[in-house]
Amino acid sequence: MKEQTSFLKGIKDGFPICIGYLSISFAFGIYACSCGLSVWEAVIMSLTNLTSAGQLASVPIIVAGGTLAELAVSQIVINMRYALMSVSLSQKLGKSVKMLDRFVIAFANTDEVFAVASSQEGTVGKRYLYGLILTPPLGWTLGTLLGAAAGNILPAMLVSALGIAIYGMFIAIVMPKVKTEKPTALCVAVAIVLSCLFYYVPTLKAIPAGFTIIICAVVASGIFAFLAPLNIAEEGNDQ
Amino acid sequence: MKNFYIYLIVMAGVTYLIRMLPLVLIKKKIKNKYLLSFLYYIPYAVLSAMTFPGIFYSTGSVVSAVVGTVIALLMAYLKRSMVTVAALSCAGVFLTELIMKII
Repeated sequence: MKEQTSFLKGIKDGFPICIGYLSISFAFGIYACSCGLSVWEAVIMSLTNLTSAGQLASVPIIVAGGTLAELAVSQIVINMRYALMSVSLSQKLGKSVKMLDRFVIAFANTDEVFAVASSQEGTVGKRYLYGLILTPPLGWTLGTLLGAAAGNILPAMLVSALGIAIYGMFIAIVMPKVKTEKPTALCVAVAIVLSCLFYYVPTLKAIPAGFTIIICAVVASGIFAFLAPLNIAEEGNDQ
Repeated sequence: MKNFYIYLIVMAGVTYLIRMLPLVLIKKKIKNKYLLSFLYYIPYAVLSAMTFPGIFYSTGSVVSAVVGTVIALLMAYLKRSMVTVAALSCAGVFLTELIMKII
């Protein structure tokens, strides 16, 4: 079966993520510093964590001097979706991806990197993956630095406009599949309806966002795995 | 505030373990048709659950966010690249908030 092995293709696919991260982490940098972290603390956090929602949630806990357990639980709840993504990505890896590569790739398995790798045809090889994960961490870290250092100079309206960037990227990733695959479109619709229920129904609103995302995704994907299972021969699962 | 770096190690460690363990432990190809299908749908379900309704509250006002959302949906439907979709969506939000300010 086809394996995507081009390093250059990886770079080419990763670069838009890098640019997108510049704007998102810019907003994080502003936020972190406005809460009381130093510029370098914000930067090193971005460099070592590479997770938007997790980092956002950690800042108030750290600034308030919260317990380490509280911090760890918040990260587990918010970031548990990555475990789901890593399980999914493990099925997408080509034969060229060795054990050591898995340890490296895992570090950069963000929502966007995962989504782009998933949308490739066939399996993804080591060279492609290294190309893909090369620039996004740079964009994430640099954007944090710029936001932390210069954010307060920028007009609030510009900062507000950047807030939607990450969601624009998500839509750009999901839309092509929604357009061409009816089961995926319906699965997406179910996930959105559930997500809105969790957000707007008062009693459900108490559940942390990290959990609701997992519940929505697992229920929607579970329903459609049974209603519209893939044609294995077509999707390919051969070694 | 305790030592920042202790917090940093805990959160970076937890986040990395969550990402790393499944990727390192699951080396076999899953053969079950339903499990495979489930994993196939996961990325799209996760991203859309994260986007809606969160996107409506991602900017200074719901009105500008709705404008940005419509632009993003339209541009993505027209197969524009990820950066173009995000950039035009941001531009739409910015202009909307500018207009709202003037009015």
